[in-house]
Amino acid sequence: MNINFNEAELAFRDEVRSFLSSELPQDIAAKVKGGKHLSKEDHQRWQQILSRKGWYATHWPVEYGGVEWSAVQKHIFDEETAAFGAPRTIPFGVNMVAPVIIKFGTEEQKQHYLPRILSGEDWWCQGYSEPGAGSDLASLKTRAVRQGDHYIVNGQKTWTTLGQHANWIFCLVRTDTQAKPQSGISFLLIDMQTPGITVRPIITLDGEHEVNEVFFEDVKVPVENLVGEENKGWTYAKYLLTYERTGLAGIGASKAALDRLKEIAGKEVKNGKPLLQDPAFASRVAQVEIDLMAAEITNLRIIAAVEGGGVPGAESSMLKVKGTEIRQTITDLMRRAIGPYAQPFPEAEMELDYEGEYLSSDYAAPLAPHYFNMRKLSIFGGSNEIQKNIVAKMILEL
Amino acid sequence: MDFKLNEEQQMLQETAARLVRGEYDFEKRERFRQSDAGFSEAFWQQLSELGLTTVPFDEAHGGFGGGAVELQLIMTELGRGLCLEPYLQSIVFGGGLINQAGNDEQKNDLLPQIAAGTLKVAPALLEPQSRYNLHDVVTKAESDGDGYRLSGRKAVVIGGHCADKLIVSARTSGEQRSHDGISLFVIDGNASGLQRITYETIDGLKGCDLILDSVSVPASALLGPVGQAHAAIDYQAGRAIAAICAEAVGAMEESVNLTLEYLKARKQFGVPIGKFQVLQHRMVDMASELEQARSMAVLAASVADAEPGNRRDSILAAAKNVIGRAGQYISEQSVQLHGGIGMTWEYSGAHYAKRLVMINHQLGDDDHHLEAFVALMKTS
Repeated sequence: MNINFNEAELAFRDEVRSFLSSELPQDIAAKVKGGKHLSKEDHQRWQQILSRKGWYATHWPVEYGGVEWSAVQKHIFDEETAAFGAPRTIPFGVNMVAPVIIKFGTEEQKQHYLPRILSGEDWWCQGYSEPGAGSDLASLKTRAVRQGDHYIVNGQKTWTTLGQHANWIFCLVRTDTQAKPQSGISFLLIDMQTPGITVRPIITLDGEHEVNEVFFEDVKVPVENLVGEENKGWTYAKYLLTYERTGLAGIGASKAALDRLKEIAGKEVKNGKPLLQDPAFASRVAQVEIDLMAAEITNLRIIAAVEGGGVPGAESSMLKVKGTEIRQTITDLMRRAIGPYAQPFPEAEMELDYEGEYLSSDYAAPLAPHYFNMRKLSIFGGSNEIQKNIVAKMILEL
Repeated sequence: MDFKLNEEQQMLQETAARLVRGEYDFEKRERFRQSDAGFSEAFWQQLSELGLTTVPFDEAHGGFGGGAVELQLIMTELGRGLCLEPYLQSIVFGGGLINQAGNDEQKNDLLPQIAAGTLKVAPALLEPQSRYNLHDVVTKAESDGDGYRLSGRKAVVIGGHCADKLIVSARTSGEQRSHDGISLFVIDGNASGLQRITYETIDGLKGCDLILDSVSVPASALLGPVGQAHAAIDYQAGRAIAAICAEAVGAMEESVNLTLEYLKARKQFGVPIGKFQVLQHRMVDMASELEQARSMAVLAASVADAEPGNRRDSILAAAKNVIGRAGQYISEQSVQLHGGIGMTWEYSGAHYAKRLVMINHQLGDDDHHLEAFVALMKTS
């Protein structure tokens, strides 16, 4: 047992660091670190840099353009990219639909879609949740009826993250209304340009446009856009969710956020001294740092244990709960750190090119909105309560 | 980065596990607990015969040359059995103090006996006013001819009731809480002027307070340089913390397993109570705290033998903080999920619950270690 990085891992970390120092655009890193708005172009620019390096599709088999990284290498990569202020990877294409296409898709589908994901030509979004199907995903109602060479899709999806940027959506649709809920679902790939699709923004409590509603009205989808078999979509959907949850512990992001928290609490002043030297506040920071330390090792231990068996299953549910709780605690402390100045909501200050005078400091404006935004962590990807149901059933066998 | 045990470590783990499984069920533990010694001399001898008491010592002193990972494996199994023997006090902490601070003569004399299990030692470092601060020492050691005379009181010396020798910290100079000026002395258990107030602990162990009333010891009783014992005390307390974290993990695993089995077996309203979601989520939280505790026990063992310094100290403080909180959480939830049966003396689960809470009172609780972590945290 040696839980330090070995020489090869340290060399890999150096390689990642030197890549990030030279290739990560400064303006993008400044936005990420400062919690400022990122544009679609920012995401695409960074994605193409990663793709050129061959480090974009880290979960894919090598033959399709992926890399063969160990769990530890993936951890190092996540941690370093977060520490340098790289934007998070938008997962819907590369980390969610791609693994499903690779495992269950036809050769034609692989040849067509995977290169377009790698190049950034396609931006995917996720058509899972519906107004009446949240945690109870299998109760979804969006209908797809086969007519000759097409499915005709009618219904509504919601919480579609960054759907406003997307040109493709993968959807769970009901193809059999007679069967049990899980048995009548199919997995369809839909071009967002198809007539009959309407995207409407949902503004979240922090004032952001991050999620959308997507409406389908007699949308014609070619049958070759079906992944796998008709009515077997639930299997593919669950497979995708394990991939989704794998990254949700967000250890690297939490470590970067903790550094940021300390930086801010070192600048804020209480009773004439840095807030970080206030015993009560310092204890809160220390407690979350300790919990993060434990979660990082738990993450590595569990991932290392299942590495031979591929992607973690129910274990990733346990990691998601702990990881998101920690991340939310850090955003809570960041909001607390600025005291009364958490209240003003000067949206203009959240742009990197803001040239006016800051109300209090150049870092304060995004902190409270960010705290509210991060409430989503324990809801999306399967709420933390659903994750606990999964652990209870799959690991504890209750 | 590699979490796997090597072959030798796996064998060690299996040896300890088999021994505890074979010799330590709850009924036996109750008998051992009620004996005069408060533990099983026969089990102690078996630990020694299987070489488990020799693990941390150098080969030159009859040892196996193992480190913190090997100790972790043994301590986890001892924790699983709620074992009562003074392994932590004599083999890990006491033996460690002598190994680090002792001169050749002391080491050659004492370590082989400790490693063989024929001599038991116990560190007596706390005092009634010190809480968990090992530098808060008012017990005095004054020069007396060629030797020293010690007066004062040492508090809650677990394993002190049966120790052949006590390793006592006393102040030879300096202010009450100064880290300079503390010295260590190896004192015979039946030294004149030494009184032991022995007692049982709430979790089934035994210990004592020591009253030292002008106890005379020769110069050769001094362990390490005069007034500079804090280095060895701090370092060995760190090794003991890593070891007790591992013990706690063993006890937590048993406690979690017992609770899980109970949820599957106990029926109310016509179904196993484990079918109720509110209990399932509580059980998941327990399992998740156990994972965090396991991680920190592994991390603590990985730094316990390292050079002293900020990294080692903050990881050990973090580990004891996590284990303290996780232990109390698992303890309380285990009692709650068992309902009335969890409240009874005759149920083993209750004794795991008590041990897990009391581990938080040994070598510093989670508040103590949070404060220690804050002090080491970069705040500017």
